[in-house]
Amino acid sequence: MIAEGGLAALWLAAVMAVLQLVVASSAVIGGRAEMARAVRPVAIAQGLLTALAMLCLILVFVQSDMSVLLVAENSHSLKPMMYKIAGAWGNHEGSMLLWVTILGLAGGAVAIFERRLDSRTLNATIGAQALIAMGFYAFLLFASNPFARLFPSPPDGNGLNPLLQDPGLAFHPPTLYVGYVGISVAFSFAVGALVTRDVGPAFARAMRPWVLGAWIFLTIGITAGSYWAYYELGWGGWWFWDPVENASLMPWLAATALLHSVSVLATRDGLRAWTIMLAVVAFSMSMIGTFLVRSGILTSVHAFAVDPKRGAFLLALLAIYIGGALALFAARIGTVRQGNTFALVSREGALVVNNLLLSVILGIVLIGTLYPLAAAGWGVQLSVGKPFFDKTVGPVALALVVFIAIGPLLRWRRDEIQALLKRMTWPVAASCAALIVLVPFAWGVGFLPLAALVLAAGLAVASVAPLWGRNLRRTPLFTWGMVVAHLGVAVSLTGMASDSAFTKETLAVLRQGETRAVGPYLVTMTGIRPVVGPNWSAIAADLSIRRGEGGAPFILSPESRFFASPTTTTSESAIATRLDGQLYTVLGQPDGKGGWQVRLWWKPFVTLIWLGGGLIGLGGALSFLGRIRRRKRAVYDEYEEAVA
Amino acid sequence: MKPKHQRLWLAGLAILAIAGASALALSGLKDQASFFYAPSDVKKQGLPLGKAVRLGGLVEAGSIKRAADGVTLDFVVTDGAASTPVSFKGIAPDLFREKSGVVAEGQFQPDGSFVATNLLAKHDEKYQPPEMAGKLHETRSLKQ
Repeated sequence: MIAEGGLAALWLAAVMAVLQLVVASSAVIGGRAEMARAVRPVAIAQGLLTALAMLCLILVFVQSDMSVLLVAENSHSLKPMMYKIAGAWGNHEGSMLLWVTILGLAGGAVAIFERRLDSRTLNATIGAQALIAMGFYAFLLFASNPFARLFPSPPDGNGLNPLLQDPGLAFHPPTLYVGYVGISVAFSFAVGALVTRDVGPAFARAMRPWVLGAWIFLTIGITAGSYWAYYELGWGGWWFWDPVENASLMPWLAATALLHSVSVLATRDGLRAWTIMLAVVAFSMSMIGTFLVRSGILTSVHAFAVDPKRGAFLLALLAIYIGGALALFAARIGTVRQGNTFALVSREGALVVNNLLLSVILGIVLIGTLYPLAAAGWGVQLSVGKPFFDKTVGPVALALVVFIAIGPLLRWRRDEIQALLKRMTWPVAASCAALIVLVPFAWGVGFLPLAALVLAAGLAVASVAPLWGRNLRRTPLFTWGMVVAHLGVAVSLTGMASDSAFTKETLAVLRQGETRAVGPYLVTMTGIRPVVGPNWSAIAADLSIRRGEGGAPFILSPESRFFASPTTTTSESAIATRLDGQLYTVLGQPDGKGGWQVRLWWKPFVTLIWLGGGLIGLGGALSFLGRIRRRKRAVYDEYEEAVA
Repeated sequence: MKPKHQRLWLAGLAILAIAGASALALSGLKDQASFFYAPSDVKKQGLPLGKAVRLGGLVEAGSIKRAADGVTLDFVVTDGAASTPVSFKGIAPDLFREKSGVVAEGQFQPDGSFVATNLLAKHDEKYQPPEMAGKLHETRSLKQ
């Protein structure tokens, strides 16, 4: 019964979306006041109904109701409760329902919280939201029904792909989806503003928290996903340039550019058309991301659903949305007046360069990701991986780092080169110092990692420079946000460069009592033992590890796990985290003569990658809080003025 | 600068950025894209030397041999019409088995063998690299 209830809620939500579009467009185009009053309640109702449908799906997973096809295919009654719940979105249909649920809730949130935007623009925005949602309801109801029944129902389910049985699964997809959906909200604002020809600072200030919120979630999602892949897949890498990873990176790149240009629009009233275009691009990227992940057309460790009908359906949606957005942009952009101008050497100028470089990186990643698909279309099979992306994205990213350092040191509107050079003294000194420190280690290290380390030192100093000579307590929160986020880039970059420059690897067969060295560590195999888990069994190796001859020993136990349902073996790495890096161990296969393969990595400062990612997200959050606070204060000030 | 000029100037920069990205990406693709080969492709087209490529097919029954160092694997990849000896140093994926599909990343050697730096096997019972499904299907239809 719960499944039918969920399906009914989903249909009702779809009806609400249609109603929302009708009501909103008649309010905006027909100017009918009674319709305008209905827009907000309908949007909230739609959000609640999708949430109800999602709740029903989680319930059937919790109950292990095997008469529901999706549960039978993806769950198992013996699975731990957390993975039963997370399993609800660990599959194609469930994750699409989650997407729509977040979209519905976000629409409801816009209806509830957005009070400053001109009401016509707001209604147009909510109408655009309804239009986006309708496509996904159609996709769910006609091509991916999550509540389909299975008759006769099997005694138990197939289980969840063991790679996905991990706490990461519970949080990773929802986080990214919030990011994707948040971008679609920002896009809806852009559509609303285009429809009512209201592109200006007020619109930018309304849109900014949504862009910022989406960007924070994408940042956290990408960072967490990277760490998950790092420890779960046991390949010792943290970014594989896998198409699914690129699918989350591309919206992030576009959102980063949008975040900076929307700030220019909000504070300086410049870059109007530019910001709208970026909103369209960011939305297109999150649609392409959804398409790449959900259509199952990729050669990817993540691709677990392959169904051509779904792919075609999503491709059609993609074409309609992106094509429609571009057409609207082309038709209306001529009516957007030019905003304020600025000199080449100015904060705006640096932000334009930042936007351009981000766009270049975005373009390269997009081409690199789609090229294999296009090539497959004309019958050539090829793959594009790390060598391509490192060689093309790397240099552009380093140029971008230079401009991240310069931007905040420039004044708005107009600045002098001499003054800038003077402000750059300490950052440049830091880079020089880093260069000198690195010289003894530079032998055999590539140019890119070295350049990255040198630039990261300069960026670290430059990013805290805006705080110099300021009263720290009176510095606004969003300035802190910028400082922390930019510092995070420097920290993360240091981790990436250090990992690729200084990682030590040992691959060996160890018998009991044998020792191998990796970096500063000595690793001794002390035993092999069986381990039994809730729905798996495993072989674990006990490795006794010392740092140098005299170091205190500790034990790491990498495992090789066997799952019965579905039949799979996975390797569980064991990682020791130290202040100066991580020791990463993986257990391989037996050699048949009493030895076991082990793979050991010493990765100096690798943790900085995710620490930096966390700082970037934290910076976003500080900025977000700062904006919300200021907004409240602004409303209060207006009220005071009105009373006076 | 007049507002209109600034707008034109920005549009020009944007176009330049797109062109730059495309040029950079295409030049990178020219020498960094790694093409997919089946053993019989090599027989037909000759050895692609000095380039990172992918080799895919089935692991021939009884061909997996472990070298004395314990971490080097030698095996033969076949697509039914031709076969290639492969050498790989590292930990093979869990689903790497005889008579099962594999995609090896690495380089061909002048003697026609293949040195792999990475092996991709089926990830679970359901998943198989799509290009492999295509190639195996192709050879099968060639033989008929």
